[in-house]
Amino acid sequence: MSNAMKTLTNGILKENPTFALVLGMCPTLATTTSAVNGMSMGLATLFVLVCSNVVISLLKNLIPDKVRIPAFIVVIATFVTMVQLVMQAYLPAIYDVLGLFIPLIVVNCIVLGRAEAFAAKNTVGLSALDGIGMGLGFTLSLTVLGVIREFLGAGTVFGFQLYNSQFAALIFVLAPGAFIALAYMMAAVNKLQKK
Amino acid sequence: MKQLIVAPAPHAHSGDSVRRNMLLVILALMPAYAVAVVEFGWGALITAAISVLACICTEYVISRYVLKEQRQTIGDLSAVLTGLLLAFNLPSTIDWWIVIIGAVVAIGIGKMTFGGLGQNPFNPALVGRVFLLIAYPAQMTTWPTPQGFNGAYVDAETGATPLYYLKHIVKAGDSSVIDQLPSLMDSFLGVMGGSLGEVSAAALLIGGIFLICCRVITWHIPVAILGTVACFCACTGLAGALPEGLDTCHYIGYELLSGGLMLGAFFMATDYVTSPMSAWGKIIFGIGIGFIVMVIRTWGNYPEGMSFAILIMNACVPLLNKIRPQHFGEPKKA
Repeated sequence: MSNAMKTLTNGILKENPTFALVLGMCPTLATTTSAVNGMSMGLATLFVLVCSNVVISLLKNLIPDKVRIPAFIVVIATFVTMVQLVMQAYLPAIYDVLGLFIPLIVVNCIVLGRAEAFAAKNTVGLSALDGIGMGLGFTLSLTVLGVIREFLGAGTVFGFQLYNSQFAALIFVLAPGAFIALAYMMAAVNKLQKK
Repeated sequence: MKQLIVAPAPHAHSGDSVRRNMLLVILALMPAYAVAVVEFGWGALITAAISVLACICTEYVISRYVLKEQRQTIGDLSAVLTGLLLAFNLPSTIDWWIVIIGAVVAIGIGKMTFGGLGQNPFNPALVGRVFLLIAYPAQMTTWPTPQGFNGAYVDAETGATPLYYLKHIVKAGDSSVIDQLPSLMDSFLGVMGGSLGEVSAAALLIGGIFLICCRVITWHIPVAILGTVACFCACTGLAGALPEGLDTCHYIGYELLSGGLMLGAFFMATDYVTSPMSAWGKIIFGIGIGFIVMVIRTWGNYPEGMSFAILIMNACVPLLNKIRPQHFGEPKKA
């Protein structure tokens, strides 16, 4: 099943949501202040992506074409609400940090984009694999970005102090640092992919 | 033997070059640098030396090993100027490694990322300064008071700058710290706390007028900036927003003479690459900077906003360049 393999790996590098499709920039820039935050956001999106892809692919023949976007949004919002409530109950610390960005997964372009571009046209199995691939790609890029920003901005990685935080450049934890780090990462990924 | 070069007109060359212009700007900065050395002693010498060296090294390493350019550009002195301007924006007591980070950011992010001299949308030295200001806020806002060579390099006495007091007076309406302000004459000559190159308005003015006389810069941007700031202060004064004990003339004087205003107006905002081409574009550019500076100084969180103001207006330059200068020999539109 090379087709299935291709679908799965597609989202991780070749069509990475952050670096190749440049989708979901809002959570990418806002929630990667630390590695843990970036990874949590990525995993939450991964869950929503897989579930919504599966359900939308199941329902694709039942949904009239004219109202498909609202219908997709309702499905996505259902899963986002589930993630939100689960996080609020079991991971309150991360829930507090991510705050508004959890409900905002509903309008994340990756989720709706994959529903529209992939799940609405493909079988359930392939849609699930696409969701996993895209979700892993998103999680991976958010985690890497979070690691870089946390390392440069606070001197820690996943909370472990690596060097004296007085040398850390605070700007990388703040918004301007997000843009700088993302830009250089994107340039590096493009450079590597061209080779 | 001179090579015969066949090229289209114009054939006469004025002898103007990037190198010559950069050299003149560096020369024009020397009076202010001399004041800085007299006031802050070794700190001023060391900070500037580290900054210039780090800028040159960064530019060389990036263009030689990252971009793999055949021709190196450090000879045009633009990196030296960036380094010097960056040092002028730093307190003289700052740690050496912060200076190096600032230089790497200024040249690496501010200039070489965009393709080197002539391609950068933002003034590299200011990119470095603002990066440091946000990255290391505590170190970047600890200003030494003038000590001369008597003060030790590391533990010089620190104090607030006049702009800090001024903001406190105007924003909070508290006139009790008015006597903390230096006299207007001291502000003009530069006997006050601050970053390396911003303290002496007199020395900066000499350099600026020298540059205008040498036709390295035109008068439009500095005059527009200083004029806007003066108008803004006058309006504040006339509106009765100043507390007791501070009259409008003194207020205008302090705002014009303290902080990075003079340095920014004559040396940073007039950078060729990041300022508009046409005369009207330059005037609008200057008015924008003056206005934003006063908005930040009056209502913002930072006591000084010159670097932010210039960077914000730098971003508007492509738009301002829609106002095209008239072509040579082009007939006027009816």
